[in-house]
Order: sequence, then C-alpha cells, then structure tokens
Amino acid sequence: MTLETAKARSGRGPGSGRGPSSGKKSSSAGKSSSGAWFLVLPALIPILVLSVGPLLYGIALAFTDSQSGRTTPTQWTGLLNFQDLLHDTLFWESFRIGLFWAVGVTVPQFLLALGLALLLNQNLRFRWLARALAIIPWAMPEVVVGIMWRLVYNPDAGILNETVRDLGLGDGRDWLTGLATALPAVILVGIWAGMPQTTVALLAGLQNTPHELHEAAALDGAGAWRRFRTVTWPAVKPVALAITALNFIWNFNSFALVYVLTNGGPGGRTRLPMLFAYEQAFRYGQFGYAAAMGCVMVAAISVMLAFYLVGRLKGGDDR
Amino acid sequence: MTLRTSRSARTGQYLALLAYLVFLAFPFLWLISTAFKPPRELGSLHPTWIPENPTLDNFRQAFDEQPLLEAALNSLTAALSAALIAVVIATPMAYVMARHRNKLSAAATGWVVVSQAFPFVLVIIPLFLILKNLHLINSLAGLIMVYVVWSLPFALWMLVGYVRAVPHELEEAAAVDGASRLRTLVSVTAPLLAPGIVATALFAFITAWNEFFFALVLLKTPSMQTLPVVLTHFLGAEGVADLGPLAAAAFLATLPSLVVFVLIQKRITGGMMAGAVKA
Repeated sequence: MTLETAKARSGRGPGSGRGPSSGKKSSSAGKSSSGAWFLVLPALIPILVLSVGPLLYGIALAFTDSQSGRTTPTQWTGLLNFQDLLHDTLFWESFRIGLFWAVGVTVPQFLLALGLALLLNQNLRFRWLARALAIIPWAMPEVVVGIMWRLVYNPDAGILNETVRDLGLGDGRDWLTGLATALPAVILVGIWAGMPQTTVALLAGLQNTPHELHEAAALDGAGAWRRFRTVTWPAVKPVALAITALNFIWNFNSFALVYVLTNGGPGGRTRLPMLFAYEQAFRYGQFGYAAAMGCVMVAAISVMLAFYLVGRLKGGDDR
Repeated sequence: MTLRTSRSARTGQYLALLAYLVFLAFPFLWLISTAFKPPRELGSLHPTWIPENPTLDNFRQAFDEQPLLEAALNSLTAALSAALIAVVIATPMAYVMARHRNKLSAAATGWVVVSQAFPFVLVIIPLFLILKNLHLINSLAGLIMVYVVWSLPFALWMLVGYVRAVPHELEEAAAVDGASRLRTLVSVTAPLLAPGIVATALFAFITAWNEFFFALVLLKTPSMQTLPVVLTHFLGAEGVADLGPLAAAAFLATLPSLVVFVLIQKRITGGMMAGAVKA
C-alpha cells in the first residue's frame, strides 16, 4: 500500500517544474521515484528484517509453546500463555513493582530536571560547570552507573553509610539488600541516571519561550510564580509532555541498571517486568511465555500513555 | 536576563545549583576515589573521600582478573562498525524523509516513534532465534547488525532535523546552474550536512559502546563479550565484589564515551530539538 502511493506521489509530474520558479513542490517531486527508493532501501531492509519482522514474530511467539532447546516442533497454543499469565501472581507482583518504579522515577526526575533547567536558564555563574556535570550520567554506560552506585551504597566502604555515621544518624544499613530500602535505593539511581536527557529537553523548551513576554509580565508586576505559570509553563508544556511520556516508557522497560544493582533482589522486591521476562526467556528457556509478557507490557504501556496524553491535552484546552 | 532578581533570591538560586552539583557529581567522584584506594583503605570502616595512599594497583589487578583489553577491542569494533553503517544507511533515508512528504516518510516517522515503546524482550527473543539460525549468535557481526537497527530511530530523528536545516533553495540554485541531482547532493548538500552526520555517528557510537542488554543475551563466550558485560563479571556471585579493581575497570570503561560526549554535547542537544520541533 505504502509502496504504491509513495510511487504515485513522488512520481508526480516527472520532468516538469525544475525551473527556478517552481517552488517547494517541485523540489520534492524533482527526483524520480526510483531515486528515492534507491536512497531508502539500505535502511528500509534492515528495519524490516531486524525490527518490524522480529516484532511481529515476537507477538506470534506469544501464542505458541516455544521453548529453547526443544526437539519437538513448536505448536500454536492460542491464548494459553495469557491464561497462565493471568494467574501468575509473581508476574503481577513484578508488574506492580515495575509501575511503582516507573512512576517513582519519572515524576521526581521531571520535577528535579525542571528545577535544574530553570536554574540553568538563569544568568548564574558556574552555569557552564553545572551544564557539563549534568551531562555526565548521560554519557556513562548503564552498567557503570549501577556499579558506581553499588560503591556508594556499599554497607562498609560506601560513602552513604559513612555520611550517615558522621551525621550521627546511626550505623547505616545495607541499602540494596534491605527489604524496605532496596526499591527506594534503586529508584534514586534511576532518577539520577535519567536527569540529563530530561534537563536538556526542558532547557531547550525554555529557551524557546519568548523573552519579551517575560519582561512584559514582570513590568506588569507579575511575581516569579505567576510568570512561570502564565509565560514559561505554556511554552515548555509540549516538551514536558513528550519527555515525561518517553521517560515513563523507557523506565518501565529498563533493565541494565537494576540488573547490576540488585539483579531483582532481595526476594524479588526490585524484580522489574523486564528482569522477570529475561529470566523466563533466557534462564528457563520459556520463549513463548516471555513473549506473552512482552505483549502484556506493550499493551499496558499503550493504554496508560493514551490516557495520560489525552488527559493532559484536554487539560491544556480548558485554560 | 534583564529581569531584576533580589539578592536573597539569587542566594537561593546558587544554593540550589550547588545542591544539584553535589547530587550529580558525588557518585562519580566516589568512583574515582575508590579506584585509587589500596585494599587496606577499602576495608576500612571509615572510608575517606581522598585516598590516603593512592595506588594504581587496582588498575593492574583489573586487567589481570578479566580480559579487559579484549573486551575493549570488541566494544570498539562493535560500536565503530555500528555507528558507521548506521550513518551510511540512515543519511539517504533521512534525506528522503525530510524532503519528500509521502506515506513512506510518514510510516518511517511512525516506526521511529513506535520503536521506542516496545520492550526489548519482545524483540530480543525473535532476534535471538533468527540470529541463531544464521549462526550469528556469539559473534560480533550479529551484535553489530542489531546495534545498527537499534540506533536507527534516533539517528533518523537527528538527521531529518539536520537535513531540514539545509535550505532547499540552495539545492534548487545548484539545479538552475545546471548541476545534476547527484552533483547537487555531493557538492552542495553533503558538506552542509557533514557536521550533523558526524554528530549522529558519534552518538550512535556512544549508545553502542554503552549497550548492555543485547550484548548480554547474544554473546556467551567471554572472549567475545563487550566491556559492559565483562564489567558485570567483577561483581561475582552473591554480589561479593572486589571493589578496587571493579571501580578501576568501570572508570576506564566510561572514559571513551565521556570524551566523545564532551565533543558533541552541543550538537546532540541541538539535533535532538531540531528533530523534535519540526517532525
């Protein structure tokens, strides 16, 4: 379908309108359709073979009993995997943890990043230093971020417990293996690791706000909070919406950080859905079942995002 | 900023900025500090920020314990190849997406967005099966293929923004002067696009260099594994880790991507927004 229409469109008026006065339309029609296809194919083939194909294959696998290293052929089992999943309390527990983690990281991350972006948008000294430092977590491999925070959280040689002891707040604890502290500790790392992208996106949004409006509002005697609400926020809102939605998805699907920090422990308290599905697939070889988990995750994310975006966009119209 | 800010508000702003700086920087400083500490200080119950007897032993030990050089070479091969291939195939496609408004461009943009939402687990199982049939499990070639496709969405996103930033009037002017289509692309568009292409390639390099999940699943033999996977071997069973070498290796593994990132910082943020605003 796309193939036909693309050809029809870009092939419009071949040979005509290459003159100087032909304007925009001709520049897109100027190249023959075969030329466009020649340009697109090198990327299109890998995308189809290694992204779109596997995705469909993965969805199909969810309806089979596919396992690793099996000699009998894989069979269609219909909705069996999903029925099993419905009664799998461990999965739903993991799902609940995943939601808690995704919200627990995304929301504070957004608020902290917004604060930092507002500061960096001011004419402060040392701003360059802050900008440089704010980028560090972005450039680091996630595995290194995990390792680094394990050093911070280390019960004996870690700086966190040493600070706790220095402040006279007790002996400190083993943050990552304590049942109560593991998930909050991991969430803090998640916030730290994702702040740069969020800050940079918001900062770019802030720099698009009309400066004159700010000054006009200030002349009219609007305070900082009012200026933020009436001038700044409407301008950054689209960026804020997009980056929180993306952050939520990325966080819900995150793997490496928690794999390195706790590997899902203690007692499954930090076992995010991705870790759970990874174990099912590559430790127990349950490919079909793990694929079904992936499908459920995608469906859940899509529904939540739809509600979030629709709700937010409506909220924007009301004002 | 010409807005007047009261002195107390300014002080508050600086204090807040300081708090952010501390929060963002302290884990990294602690990593560096740990990397240079001798075992006796690492075992101490009162660790200090600055090593009392700094040593390079941890680095030597890290190289003895794990095949770090081999892993770094694997990472470099995978990341460089993936970045080059990704840019070579993404640039023409981004050009078409930016200059032609048709269903194909719309579909490609849709794929760029949607591909962000899918959990890797849904893609990795089929990929694992496909690559296994092709005997590309446990090989860098297989991993590179996966990395190329995996870095395409963001590469396309950035490149489309950069292409749109090249005024098409320039291309038309060249056409008027009698330049062929190819000639125009090579001698007018390409030079203007070059900085953006370099930035995109470097960003693809960093993402591949840092990647963990696909490498963990697809590479089993230790001699084939990339740096992030090898780093996790330092953690050992039950999380009992040799802290010094672990910190040293982690520090070294960060340096390449950190250096590259500093080089392209401005362009990344610019490119990200260029794609975002106009797409």
